[in-house]
Amino acid sequence: MSSSRFVITVIGLDRVGIVAGISRVMAEHGVNIADIRQTIMDDLFTMIMLAEVKAESFELAAFQEAMSAVGKELGVQVIVQHEDVFRFMHRI
Amino acid sequence: MLIHPEEILETIKMVTNENLDIRTVTMGINLRGCSHPDIGTFNGNVFSRIMRCAENLVKTTEDIQGLYGIPIINKRISVTPVAIVAESCRADDLVSVAETLDRAAHEAGIDFIGGFSALVQKGTTQGDLTLINSIPRALATTKKVCSSVNVATTKAGINMDAVALMGRIVKETAELTREGGGIGCAKLVVFANAPDDNPFMAGAFHGIGEPDCVINVGVSGPGVVNAAVRALRNPNLGDIAECIKKTAFKITRMGEMVGREVARRLDAQFGVLDLSLAPTPAVGDSVAAILEAMGLESCGTHGTTAALALLNDAVKKGGAMASSSVGGLSGAFIPVSEDQGMIRAVQRGSLSLDKLEAMTCVCSVGLDMIAVPGDTSAATISAIIADEMAIGMINRKTTAVRIIPAPGTGVGDMVEFGGLLGSAPVMPVHGFSSETFIARGGRIPAPIQSLTN
Repeated sequence: MSSSRFVITVIGLDRVGIVAGISRVMAEHGVNIADIRQTIMDDLFTMIMLAEVKAESFELAAFQEAMSAVGKELGVQVIVQHEDVFRFMHRI
Repeated sequence: MLIHPEEILETIKMVTNENLDIRTVTMGINLRGCSHPDIGTFNGNVFSRIMRCAENLVKTTEDIQGLYGIPIINKRISVTPVAIVAESCRADDLVSVAETLDRAAHEAGIDFIGGFSALVQKGTTQGDLTLINSIPRALATTKKVCSSVNVATTKAGINMDAVALMGRIVKETAELTREGGGIGCAKLVVFANAPDDNPFMAGAFHGIGEPDCVINVGVSGPGVVNAAVRALRNPNLGDIAECIKKTAFKITRMGEMVGREVARRLDAQFGVLDLSLAPTPAVGDSVAAILEAMGLESCGTHGTTAALALLNDAVKKGGAMASSSVGGLSGAFIPVSEDQGMIRAVQRGSLSLDKLEAMTCVCSVGLDMIAVPGDTSAATISAIIADEMAIGMINRKTTAVRIIPAPGTGVGDMVEFGGLLGSAPVMPVHGFSSETFIARGGRIPAPIQSLTN
């Protein structure tokens, strides 16, 4: 693994409080937002964040669980993946 | 951001909508150090050797699955062909070895273990014979053990005595697993030119030129290729080949990344990436659907072999560009029971056993997961095997037969296997006898390698 940066993808119907809810959970887990993009694609709210983790104590599984839970509350799908998966697939 | 949002969404779509997955992470384990004249001691050696290597296999692959968000469907183990390592055992049958493998597989939490195998392309040793004769009971008493027998190579020709024997073994295996529709046969493959590093079951074994412990990865994605081809607007066949190539490239890159990371964490060598379009019973995750997307009304009609040749070659080209470690079977699989499109094609009468045989000339593997009537004779099954072995031998490629003479069934019946194995429509075989031909035995000599017309 070249880094501990993650791509967080949030997809769902737009509503108030998505960014606030997601970023709150990220802050709780010590996850920093390095970059953020937001668009509407195919009528769906799509937010893509590049997140950085520095803390040694970071537990990916617990973070993913918390993100899915908040996603469920907000009615959106939240996917947390290591950035390498996209780097490998789309870059030589 | 270095990665474009559209690329991120494309990857996510491949996984969530189009069934892109890592079909298997297979750990190859060398068992050559386990040999012992006493079969009890041998079994003990095998068990502890497997557990030592594979203890963390499942946990590690699950961690990687979480890290990258790419599903890893199966965790498997392949071992050195048991006929070789058990040759020195003083034992009349090797069922207890299969039971040991099964116990290790359960203990390690993996899905399948392959390598209850023998390589008899040129001749059969006493150890090979003991193993082959143990296959029916071994497959009937275990759940996770897979068996394979290599009966032909391009360099050695076809061992027709072994082909004749395997016809009987297939029948006996079906009989002993009668209650499961002959499911034992779904775990038994007869090969020509079997690869040493294949991660796919039922034919995986850890070849004798392989290192001590190796990770081989099988990637799949017929659904992704199907969606990509269907998204093209009025393409010519060159456009389709280009599209398949690019898609295969992306799938392969992902598999390589996963394989290398699993191997690194387990302190094993990274072996090969097997880029095979392995269909699943899920709708759309079908090789037949890709062929139909190219413009065929139903898979199996005239033009199918050409379409499949295009598909198979484009997949390999994309894969070879994406990774330096492409190996194993790498190509398109055409198992009938595991592919909704193939099942439908058989049911509406467009796909026959003969056409499937022709298709195996241009794609990966061979006659796979095909159910035939329960009263099909052992000689006919041997003859089907012989035909397929000849295709592999002459074309210098791997071919295989995994055929299920489902007891008590007739043409048109459906046999349910469940899970990834799916369900198979019983297909007709030719009624004319091959008995005398098969009974002759001996060896079909290795073919000439020049004058190739």
